[in-house]
Amino acid sequence: MKIFWALIHRDVILGIRASGGAALSAAFFALIVVLVPFGLGPDMSTLKSAGPGMFWIAALLATLLGLERIIQPDTEDGTLDLIRLSSLPLELVALAKIIAHWLTSGLIITVLAPLLAPLLNLSFSAIPVLALSLLLGTPALSAIGTAAAALGASVQRGGMVLALLALPLNIPFLIFGATAVAKAQNNADPTQALLLLGSFSLIAIVVGSIAAAASLRLNDE
Amino acid sequence: MKLIGETLAALRGERIVFRNVNFDVQSGEALILHGPNGSGKTTLLRVIAGLLTAMAGRLRFIDDQEKQLSDELRDQSVHFISHQDAIRSQLRVQENLAFHASLLGAPAKNVFPALEAWGLEKLAGHSGGLLSAGQRRRLSLARLSLQPRKVWLLDEPTIALDEATRKHLTSSCGQHLASGGIVVAATHESFLGDPKSLYLGPRA
Repeated sequence: MKIFWALIHRDVILGIRASGGAALSAAFFALIVVLVPFGLGPDMSTLKSAGPGMFWIAALLATLLGLERIIQPDTEDGTLDLIRLSSLPLELVALAKIIAHWLTSGLIITVLAPLLAPLLNLSFSAIPVLALSLLLGTPALSAIGTAAAALGASVQRGGMVLALLALPLNIPFLIFGATAVAKAQNNADPTQALLLLGSFSLIAIVVGSIAAAASLRLNDE
Repeated sequence: MKLIGETLAALRGERIVFRNVNFDVQSGEALILHGPNGSGKTTLLRVIAGLLTAMAGRLRFIDDQEKQLSDELRDQSVHFISHQDAIRSQLRVQENLAFHASLLGAPAKNVFPALEAWGLEKLAGHSGGLLSAGQRRRLSLARLSLQPRKVWLLDEPTIALDEATRKHLTSSCGQHLASGGIVVAATHESFLGDPKSLYLGPRA
């Protein structure tokens, strides 16, 4: 278990220090949200109806940015060999990678989103639901991203390929996440959408870890 | 401890890099792999480390009780120093080695002595990206000092090393062999006086 924490600790440090890491994800997310009002115009009701979806699209794109740094550098510099020789099962290695990626992308986005909510005229009652939906949903984006990164680890500079692999699988989370926020904004009950989001997220984390581990195992064959 | 390979063959891509390779080494012995570029020295080391499955043949780690080691125990008994140095420029020298220590399951207190043993203590706080080729090599080799393990697999260990570090490497290997360890090294130079060698690739 010590190896598990060491892996998370190292990946978080790398995520913070590397260019293209946590800061870039956060800035990219904020930038998309800031640009939306310029693109859609100042009509408050348009912004209000577009807001929930835009927040989730921004979150999705921002988490895609960091995918290339999850596993590819480790395959390139031989660290993956040493990780495979360690006593930590590859499923847990993948889980550690998912957690580290989430800490340096999804978590920051979750904290940042409520602060940006007024820009898209999100109603006050929808803000906690936005934060909650991101908290529940972004781990799944990291999990799917990690599985895609493991699959594409041997592709040189494969950032776009990874994004293409991960994006379609992220669609359910986009739907449930945006629906939950929109419902809260229309004073409807978002519980159902949030519960679905949370349960899909748990499934994605488990399946993502197993899938990523399987790809890592095949990495050298 | 004994390490036995029988009629091993390995595939890289679609090419058979070697076939019918046989060797055995036991505690206190070193095996030096020779052969031209592309003859499969690195591939054989990866097969021994368990990172690559042999296409044919059998590889066995036999412990002192004459029992074959499980894959897990085998992973726990090798040090694999490949030509890839696994050093990240965003991490300090000390952080790089500390991470390797946790992967190996070695206590964190071993990190500084290992840096000292390979003459890197003054660079502990520097970024890994600032190291020269020889210093990177030394940092990779410092993993050997983090934790005692029976089998050392070294891929071109002497490359880029200065004379003093070469001597230190040779004496470390000597001590390791004297204490019942095994060294398998791939190299183009003479190393450890070439005690037992295995030639890969086409016969002249």
